[in-house]
Amino acid sequence: MSSTNNSAVKSAAETQQQVRNSLARRYRAERRFRFYGFAAVTAGIAFVVFLFGTIFAQGLSVFQQSYVKLEVFYDPETIDPAGNRDPDDLVVADYQALVRAALREEFPQVEGRPNLRELYGLMSSAASIELQRAVTANPDLIGQRQTLWLLADDTIDMVLKGNVSRQAREDERRLSDQQIGWLNALEQRGDLDLRFNRSFFSNGDSRDPEQAGVRGALIGSLLTLLITLLLSFPIGVGAAVYLEEFAPRNRLTDVIEVNINNLAAVPSIVFGLLGLAVFIGFFGMPRSAPLVGGFVLTLLTLPTIIIASRAALKAVPPSIREAALGMGASRLQMVGHHVLPLALPGMLTGAIIGMARALGESAPLLMIGMVAFIVEVPQGIVDPATALPVQVFLWSDLPERGFVERTSGAIIVLLLFLLLMNATAVWLRNKFEKRW
Amino acid sequence: MSDSAASVDSLKTKVPAKTIGDITVPSPVFSCRDVDVFYGDKHAIKKVNIDIARQQVLAMIGPSGCGKSTFLRCLNRMNDTIVGARVEGQITLDGQDIHEKRQDVVQLRARVGMVFQKPNPFPKTIYENVAYGPRIHGLAANRGELDDIVNQSLRRAGLWEEVKDRLNQPGTSLSGGQQQRLCIARTIAVNPEVILMDEPCSALDPIATARIEDLIDELRESYAICIVTHSMQQAARVSQRTAYFHLGDLVEVGETNKIFTNPQAKLTEDYITGRFG
Amino acid sequence: MTPSLLIVALALLSFIAFQIGKARALSVAGGARGIRDLHSLPGHYGMLAALWAGLPALLLVILWVSLQDRVLIAIVTSHLPASVMALGQDGFTLFLNDVRNVIAGNIPASQVSAEAAVAATQYVRLQGYSRMALTALAFAVAVLGLFITRSRITPELRARNSVERVFEGLLFLCSLVAVLTTLGIVLSVAFEATRFFNIVPASDFLFGTRWSPQMAIRADQVGSSGAFGAIPLFAGTLLISFIAMIVAVPIGLFSAIYLAEYAPSQVRKVVKPLLEVLAGVPTVVYGFFAVTTVGPILRVWGESVGLDVAGESALAAGLVMGIMIIPFVSSLADDMITAVPQSLRDGAYALGATRSETIKQVVLRAALPGIVGGVLLAISRAIGETMIVVMAAGLAANLTANPLEAVTTVTVQIVTLLVGDQEFDSPKTLAAFALGLMLFIVTLVLNVIALYVVRKYREQYE
Repeated sequence: MSSTNNSAVKSAAETQQQVRNSLARRYRAERRFRFYGFAAVTAGIAFVVFLFGTIFAQGLSVFQQSYVKLEVFYDPETIDPAGNRDPDDLVVADYQALVRAALREEFPQVEGRPNLRELYGLMSSAASIELQRAVTANPDLIGQRQTLWLLADDTIDMVLKGNVSRQAREDERRLSDQQIGWLNALEQRGDLDLRFNRSFFSNGDSRDPEQAGVRGALIGSLLTLLITLLLSFPIGVGAAVYLEEFAPRNRLTDVIEVNINNLAAVPSIVFGLLGLAVFIGFFGMPRSAPLVGGFVLTLLTLPTIIIASRAALKAVPPSIREAALGMGASRLQMVGHHVLPLALPGMLTGAIIGMARALGESAPLLMIGMVAFIVEVPQGIVDPATALPVQVFLWSDLPERGFVERTSGAIIVLLLFLLLMNATAVWLRNKFEKRW
Repeated sequence: MSDSAASVDSLKTKVPAKTIGDITVPSPVFSCRDVDVFYGDKHAIKKVNIDIARQQVLAMIGPSGCGKSTFLRCLNRMNDTIVGARVEGQITLDGQDIHEKRQDVVQLRARVGMVFQKPNPFPKTIYENVAYGPRIHGLAANRGELDDIVNQSLRRAGLWEEVKDRLNQPGTSLSGGQQQRLCIARTIAVNPEVILMDEPCSALDPIATARIEDLIDELRESYAICIVTHSMQQAARVSQRTAYFHLGDLVEVGETNKIFTNPQAKLTEDYITGRFG
Repeated sequence: MTPSLLIVALALLSFIAFQIGKARALSVAGGARGIRDLHSLPGHYGMLAALWAGLPALLLVILWVSLQDRVLIAIVTSHLPASVMALGQDGFTLFLNDVRNVIAGNIPASQVSAEAAVAATQYVRLQGYSRMALTALAFAVAVLGLFITRSRITPELRARNSVERVFEGLLFLCSLVAVLTTLGIVLSVAFEATRFFNIVPASDFLFGTRWSPQMAIRADQVGSSGAFGAIPLFAGTLLISFIAMIVAVPIGLFSAIYLAEYAPSQVRKVVKPLLEVLAGVPTVVYGFFAVTTVGPILRVWGESVGLDVAGESALAAGLVMGIMIIPFVSSLADDMITAVPQSLRDGAYALGATRSETIKQVVLRAALPGIVGGVLLAISRAIGETMIVVMAAGLAANLTANPLEAVTTVTVQIVTLLVGDQEFDSPKTLAAFALGLMLFIVTLVLNVIALYVVRKYREQYE
């Protein structure tokens, strides 16, 4: 220890001077580092704002749709020439002629076939379907006049919402100058207006943007999620209870544990391949069915639910287990009477988060064929169906301008459901969270 | 426990408002006046006055929760890192207030090093652990100087012979006592004026403790040392002055010999004779 | 009875069995006062009876139903006339499709060939027999189970232990589902991939540089036309994942550092969930965002500086994927940083280190293994991500490192090959499974390493 004469040992004052000299440089580095962090957080928040901003800017208008006010005459000559009101005949009658007649009444000066065709192009084909529904529901309408707001074509809708400019070149806006003139006339008379978009929530898919709705996809998603929840929650809780409360520590349970953790990180599309090969290829289950979708999403969400349920079980203090066992309860009674009820809120939270993940999942559903163009709203778990995120995928690929808005609208509906589920999970956690 | 708590309560009324013993020393390195520390609403240190002498070991003793560690952490402003902690009063280092705006906390800590209760080597090699301080403060102009500093520091910490062949192994590979000496080497590598030690031996076995105590005695020649300890024997062995804390009050200060043989305050006597604590 | 009705009936029977078992237990005990002589509660005896009545029959139904279709098809096939057998592989598949469609009632029997109509009728008839047999057998098993259990009920019978063993067995089966899933993935995907490698040599697949899976329609061209060299796909996947990591790792890491070490707790409380919102957004939304917003913006920027950016550039897909992964990196990094013990920070502060010096040289250094593990997990996610690339990356299998060009990825090709009409045996379909196998293996290896590293790291500070 006789080293005080070594050059490395300096006086305190010398050292202080050196430290002071280093300060400016070090504080610059400090500020720079802090700025990087701040910039990263800002960038992250900017992404959130930008993402949601564009989606909502493009999609909020979907909740309104252009309707034209027309006075429709339910002409008996056209729809019920036989005069017997036979329901079979009424279904197949030419309702389009009624819409056209109403349009001609609105613009009596239009003449000539090409001009008339342009005029008819103002209305959606859904207008005649609406008339058909009205008449078959109430045949007494025949022979009467009725003022109705009927669905306009999506080209009109896009102009009215300002997505396509009236001043654009004729071929870009997909409307002729003549049609723009009619459009202006209708708007001035107050016969063309944006009203709440019923069909978006009541229709299935369609090739026409103005008729396309999310109902089919929404029901498909709900059916799929129902299957997923019914299977994955009991199995997930069962697995968690076994691993946490019963499993002996041996090689097999180690394998199961590692397995579950790895399964949670397997890409979702691989689960789709599994569903395709096993459920459809091997067991011969129907394609495009919510049943198979539910099976695949069950396998996909199971690891999430098991991990969350185990965490909930771990949070129950051992003293409660000991108390129950001390009273002479069997292990199963201890779990069933004491541990499970205490862990249930945590497990439910995990299940809801798993369901939210399943609701947003689309890749595995593509694999099992839930990606078809399906107009009908599915009635059961083996009907062909699609799901909400898949509907987004399908619509995003379509060229019509109107589908951009539909896609964003479907995304908004999807996000609202996710928000609802996550809010429920947070509420549940806050309400039942116990600190031991 | 309830017994002693009751006796503490009864004694509390007799606690003198002022510290017994001589709080001042000639040419102190630290001089603390009316120091209060609050953790949120909790009043952890109450109007403490004490000087800390150069080239001397000051031991702080007292029952758990009496505030001795809190007081120690005031001296290099480590309490800044605790959310809700507030320090009032005046602490001067070489006549300069350490809470002054001009006082740089980085510089302060370079002058006032600290060794913690649990050895906390960085997850780096032994060499890098010691070189870390000189590096960040820019104390070495080149690799050779840095090597010298590391070498000297490890020697002074009495660790050189044990680790000279494995400077590139992780610091965590050492035993508990060696880790603590590594932490001391790390502290003296910055060439501080004061070293604070917060129960540096409480996680160590008796043999490792003895080595650290020897080391403290040697280091006293160059540094002012403040040590918080739970062991009265340790305080008696290593320190020249002793301060007795009780529930946030500094009860008594004095020469270690005097405190242990002839305490003035009743509380100090009770503690030293083992009636509570 | 249809299988679903049968299951309902069995459930009902189980309930009755429960009541019978309980009543029997009470009667052997000699009324309510004798309950303390019983080994278990009367409910346990009831439960035992219910399980014995319900479970074996239920297993029988499940097994029967899952195998029924294959057996029936085999029987029907064995009775087909020689003319059908002469149709060849493809013709036979079409024939079976016709038969299935008639059975399902999708098309009337008049629209298919006479042989198919006959086969369909035979299938339906056999199905009727099969269901009758199953119903009879299931009820027989259930009733038998009930009566044997009832006769076994004595005060000494350890009903509770038996019931609990059954429940524990069920719980064990639940935990086995995860293992079965992995097994299912490995077996099914590997099986189809092996069939692919029988047609296309594995070396051509792994090292070939040309990918054009469009097979010629005529049979004599098979093998000479389609090219299955997967290198361009691997390269495209890596390129996009790399871009994603360049975006996600710095932003995720630095925001985690800022939120954990610098931001006041009120800011942290607001900003952290806000960033985590990004993790909850479905990937299809990111895909749409990439196509409709980021892609066009990049193209306009590219034009303004004279760069030719492809409509479906790797850059757009990678950028958006990076945004998606930010919260993943940041929350993992946050976990790792907060796991670093305060004593290490104290050690650095006490030496006079500034905050950033402490973070850079002590906290990050200590958290490094955990962060590396987290980044590995993030890479595995980027490689397996599907919807963003399906929507925003192209189909063209370009072998390029230029992020402004369009590339394709493994997942994009899996989706393209498998969506739409397909025959199950063509190399095109099987190629998708080969790609799936690669994807599974690579992500699995990454996950195993990452989880191991992270676990080791956590143990160190626990």
